[in-house]
Amino acid sequence: MAWDISHLQALEAESLHIIREVASEFQRPVMLYSIGKDSSVMLRLAQKAFYPGPIPFPLLHVDTSYKFKEMIEFRDKMAASVGARLIVSSNQKALDEGANPFRLGTERCCGLLKTQALLDGLRAGNYDAAFGGARRDEEKSRAKERVYSFRDTLGQWDPKNQRPELWNIYNSRIEPGESIRVFPLSNWTEMDVWQYIHHEDIPIVPMYFAQEREVLVRGNSIIIPELAITQPRPDEKLQRMKVRMRSLGCSPCTGAIRSEADTLPKIIAELVAAKNSERENRVIDHDREGSMELKKREGYF
Amino acid sequence: MPAVAGVVDLTRFDVEEFLRGEESKDLLRFTTAGSVDDGKSTLIGRLLHDAKGAYEDQLKQAIRGGEIDFSLLTDGLRAEREQGITIDVAYRYFSTPKRKFILADTPGHEQYTRNMATGASTAELAIILLDASRGITTQSMRHAYIASLLGIPHIIVAVNKMDLVNYDQEIFQRLRAEFAPFLTRLGVNNAYFVPISALKGDNVVDLSKNMPWFDGHSVLHQLETVNTKLATVEAPFRMAVQRVVRPDMTFRGYAGQILSGVIRPGDEVLAQPSGRRSRVERIVTYDGDLKVAHAPLSITLTLADEIDISRGDMISAGPEPASSRSIEATMVWFNAQPLDPARHYLVKHASQMAPARVEAVEYRIDVNTLHAEPVTSLAMNEVGVVRLTAARPLFFDPYRENRGTGAFILIDRQTNATAAAGMIVAAAETGLESAADRLARLVRAVVPQGAHLNLPDEDEEAVAVVRDALKGILRHA
Ligand SMILES: Nc1nc2c(ncn2[C@@H]2O[C@H](COP(=O)(O)OP(=O)(O)OP(=O)(O)O)[C@@H](O)[C@H]2O)c(=O)[nH]1
Ligand SMILES: [Mg+2]
Repeated sequence: MAWDISHLQALEAESLHIIREVASEFQRPVMLYSIGKDSSVMLRLAQKAFYPGPIPFPLLHVDTSYKFKEMIEFRDKMAASVGARLIVSSNQKALDEGANPFRLGTERCCGLLKTQALLDGLRAGNYDAAFGGARRDEEKSRAKERVYSFRDTLGQWDPKNQRPELWNIYNSRIEPGESIRVFPLSNWTEMDVWQYIHHEDIPIVPMYFAQEREVLVRGNSIIIPELAITQPRPDEKLQRMKVRMRSLGCSPCTGAIRSEADTLPKIIAELVAAKNSERENRVIDHDREGSMELKKREGYF
Repeated sequence: MPAVAGVVDLTRFDVEEFLRGEESKDLLRFTTAGSVDDGKSTLIGRLLHDAKGAYEDQLKQAIRGGEIDFSLLTDGLRAEREQGITIDVAYRYFSTPKRKFILADTPGHEQYTRNMATGASTAELAIILLDASRGITTQSMRHAYIASLLGIPHIIVAVNKMDLVNYDQEIFQRLRAEFAPFLTRLGVNNAYFVPISALKGDNVVDLSKNMPWFDGHSVLHQLETVNTKLATVEAPFRMAVQRVVRPDMTFRGYAGQILSGVIRPGDEVLAQPSGRRSRVERIVTYDGDLKVAHAPLSITLTLADEIDISRGDMISAGPEPASSRSIEATMVWFNAQPLDPARHYLVKHASQMAPARVEAVEYRIDVNTLHAEPVTSLAMNEVGVVRLTAARPLFFDPYRENRGTGAFILIDRQTNATAAAGMIVAAAETGLESAADRLARLVRAVVPQGAHLNLPDEDEEAVAVVRDALKGILRHA
């Protein structure tokens, strides 16, 4: 008898262990649900972890108001179908004051609409542990993060002073006001996520599949102009091309890629040949050297 | 130019075949180890680059002065790039047609030993680097020692920076002759020595023309071919209960990850601490019931009888796990605040957390000589053997037999810091022990696991070892 297990089975087993551990050791856990492919996988893992019971924590979506329409529709459908409570947190004050990435720059915009709204949402629910779908292979400062990422009372990460984390034994001890961000997908790669979605038939936002769209080409980015703030300027005009999203974020800041991949196998094939990382099309990561680390220190996921 | 996805010839690429190939790949977790600046990050960057494990935009970010600085592929923190050293472990992922790899690039600096241990704890293979131009340092030995304590089954010793010593065979051989006996004393008998230049790529992926005298294999070849059979499956069945799943009155299941062994419906199991036995009724998963499950799968068990089981309990089959509140364990101390027997700690072992006290530090181990030294405390980065008592019984196997049930962490109750990592040696007798018994234990612990009773050759030195051990006993008597 061979006792080998596949790469994906090993990753799944590790993730289920993490999710169960958190649900058992913390008073008020919550799962960040960002609607993207990683969140879709994380949600399925949560279903598996507690089967045949329900997911014992709510989902929290940080809504910047700049997400794509298809994302919001998908979010509501998924939350209903897994029977989880969905909480939406937004920085309404900043939005009322007209916050957007063009006026504020991506760094400040993210700080207000993502980080601040996230911290507000976590505080409002008094959550002591928050699951996030981030992977270490996404970005070089994420590659440094623990599975249990300790955050002080202000939600900040101290990368130079992380708790040692040996084997699969996690230190869940915190004081009131402190919290832990938990990354059950830490060891998954982009390829693993796609293969798992394919293998498990996990629903994802249709924008991941290539289709003909009216887009705006600006510099190196292909923007899908859904919102008032992403309409073409007088000197720009819309083009039709077949595109898809490799990573889903806010519509002004997450570019599409030209692609023919309209099925999961084709997406996987495209990935095999990809020369650049998935975050290449995210404006936010490139503001300056180490910008992801700076944002995380301030409380970003 | 707008971003264009890599051009794939979809007519020629067979995705299903690719996926089948992916499914059949196994996974190797490995780590780097060695002194500061020995070239660990450079080696990893070189491997990622040559094995196409890095994307072009990431490579572009690593260019300094017109050339790729390979260490920047893993040194992802600002402070690391400013200081040119690794501070915390970086995890990277790559695959070759043969295998998938999760690698942990760890810091060499002594101050960050705890981060090295973090990266090494889950590894099945460690690449220990030595700098050919500087030789072996205390830190090289410390890392090799920690790697052996953690029970990493495979060791590659990469003698790096061969380009700085004219690819001189003699220097390689001298370092090997010096380091191999030390590894043997640690119980590591199968270390594979390779001369490399991480910077230039010699013997990293392909064998180098610069060292025709080397008739072994490249680092990548070793990584791809080392045997990764899951030893955990051969050990008896152990599962720590993480959670009781009870959606309604009709279902009561025990969720956990199988730490070792194999389980089938019908198997008799023991639940600790209750001591009650029952039979496995079902192995429940979201994807349907299983006929058989093995480590490291995460499952939910239902049992034939109603017995009291809750989080922290151990379900086992076959030989019973030891059960004791007092244990003897090897510990690596991480905290800046030294071990203090008067302080309150928590032990987290498998799925239980219990208050604990360190009753006594039996001895500290000198990393250079591997001799036991009597001490009353352990300071940061020191290794020693302690006697620890928990408020509740722990259910365990010795770490060298079972990593899953033999490992624990110690948490400082006041600061919540992870103060130490522990590897259980055996249950400790409470109360007074006979001197003979303790001497036997001590000698066993002084002698590295797997090694023979290799007291120093020099009589003087051998006597000193035994004398130190006896001193330790008398101190505690
Ligand atoms: N000549 C030469 N230099 C090398 C080689 N490998 C690494 N170096 C240099 O050695 C220095 C240290 O390399 P790193 O890869 O940062 O060393 P490290 O072991 O990761 O150091 P820490 O992580 O801080 O412990 C850098 O300047 C490298 O360019 C080599 O094979 N030959
Ligand atoms: Mg390094």
